[in-house]
Amino acid sequence: MTQKRNREAFLYILPCLVVLGFFVYYPLVMNLIYSFQSFGMSDTTRDFVGLANFKKLFSDEIILTSLKNNVLYAVISVIIQVGFGLVLAAVLEDRVFQKVSPFFRTTYFIPTLLSMTVVCLLFEFVYNPQMGLLNSFLELIGLDGLTNVWLGKSSIAMYAVIAVSQWQSTGYVTMLFIVAIQKIPRDLYEAAEMDGAGKIRQFFSITVPQVKQMFFVTMVITVVGAFTVFNEPYILTSGGPGTSTMTLALHMYQTGVVKNDMGYASTIALLIFVITAVLSSIQFITIGGKEDKE
Amino acid sequence: MARTHSRRNRMNAGEYIWLAILIVLAVLIIYPMFWIVMSSFKDYNGIFKDVWGLPTEWLFENYKTAWDRGISNYFINSVIVSAGTIFGVVLLTTFAAFGICQMKSRLADICFLAILGGLLLSPQVCLMPLYMLLKNLGLKDTYFALIFPYIAFRIPVSVMLIRSFFIGIPKDLEESAIIDGASFFQIYRKIYLPLSKPIISTVIIMTAYYSWNEFVFATMFIDSSERQTIPVGLMVFSDGLMTNWGVVMAGMVIACLPICILFILMQKSFIRGITAGSVKG
Repeated sequence: MTQKRNREAFLYILPCLVVLGFFVYYPLVMNLIYSFQSFGMSDTTRDFVGLANFKKLFSDEIILTSLKNNVLYAVISVIIQVGFGLVLAAVLEDRVFQKVSPFFRTTYFIPTLLSMTVVCLLFEFVYNPQMGLLNSFLELIGLDGLTNVWLGKSSIAMYAVIAVSQWQSTGYVTMLFIVAIQKIPRDLYEAAEMDGAGKIRQFFSITVPQVKQMFFVTMVITVVGAFTVFNEPYILTSGGPGTSTMTLALHMYQTGVVKNDMGYASTIALLIFVITAVLSSIQFITIGGKEDKE
Repeated sequence: MARTHSRRNRMNAGEYIWLAILIVLAVLIIYPMFWIVMSSFKDYNGIFKDVWGLPTEWLFENYKTAWDRGISNYFINSVIVSAGTIFGVVLLTTFAAFGICQMKSRLADICFLAILGGLLLSPQVCLMPLYMLLKNLGLKDTYFALIFPYIAFRIPVSVMLIRSFFIGIPKDLEESAIIDGASFFQIYRKIYLPLSKPIISTVIIMTAYYSWNEFVFATMFIDSSERQTIPVGLMVFSDGLMTNWGVVMAGMVIACLPICILFILMQKSFIRGITAGSVKG
């Protein structure tokens, strides 16, 4: 009886497993195989080249540039989205801002709704050297000296690209923290207030420890996002000027699609996989642990 | 309650500074979007010569031009791909979550883990093999080249959400149905589905949000512009129009409308969905 029931239940799960196996797990395995091969997009045969792609990976200077940019992306995103996002969430959840908080948190969240293409096109207008909003604004307030070719100068282009993500995603992370803060029992704060603890003290002794789990989750989302970032540099700069805004995912794409070297592109993908899998398994364990408790 | 706290609610200097910061941030967020909407009603000279000004003459025809010059095509493609993805995700993930809840053996946990494992993978990691797979299947450059991978990548988080909702459905409903001789499918159809409308609408919203905005697959798996979705089409569109900025911006506004309307109509479910799995699309 139970066995028949189990068998029938399995049939309901099967379609999901098949689709997932076919379009997620199978490509993952193939990616591993590809990373030892050399072929182009329209080739029907693939040559085994052993470790050649991996040798290339370790001597490829663009990999180093990309990694450096991805790390920079991660560090800035963690500071602004996670660090500042948490502070922002705490401020918005403070009783003083109770009335205005829904307006602000919704406003900050809106950029999350927009597609990356729209956000990037928008920032092309912001950064445009002739009529861009940023330069126009700097001229307007008399800071002509600060105007710049934001995306065209290799020393600042990466920061300009990173700023786009901060503009888009900080409100999202803030929203995650708001949800977490709302779950903290109010009496904790009331008790602390009675003991004479100030706002800053309350933030560090109540808010931060209570949202530890969410802190962890947002950290992983942000860092994984930073190591897989593709859209922003692809649309805004195509990795340029030179290779100054190259990231791992963009380098992979250009290697595979532009240079038609699918084997080496898969090796780069494998590197991204190793980095992100380690980071997401941390999140996986956290979410799993949370679910058991509930 | 509010009255008794009125003394506490008077703001001090630090709080005024924070209020100022909140306002500045809000302006930083809103103004660029407001500027796009305003400029979408201007012509080239209106934008170039007067960056900050409101349109002197409101060119509503920019929207018509944008729609006729290609946005309509991309828009319809996005609707088709999103609808196909939503249909597939809802069907497959409610089935799977139901199966996992019904199964009384360790295999259920194994299946659930196998599905959740998909959360570990970024789409970028499978890009090259997925391209070859779709090419070999003859799916490349069809709507299915997007619909299938989209469904696959939405399965883990959707099953996770739906399963945790299904677990909360009282078992006695189901037990009395079994006594009445209801089949497996009837239990799914008559008990689980109708009770799960809130979580299913959350999954629908999240899937729509994802498939409407997805970019990496859309740029890689579709070549011909007749089948491109709006995130990629918008780039082609803006390259083609050069400095006809007003029309480009009208296209951008059109591209954002569906998800923004969805957000306005269903803010609660939207935020619940986007925060529940804590996995951004």
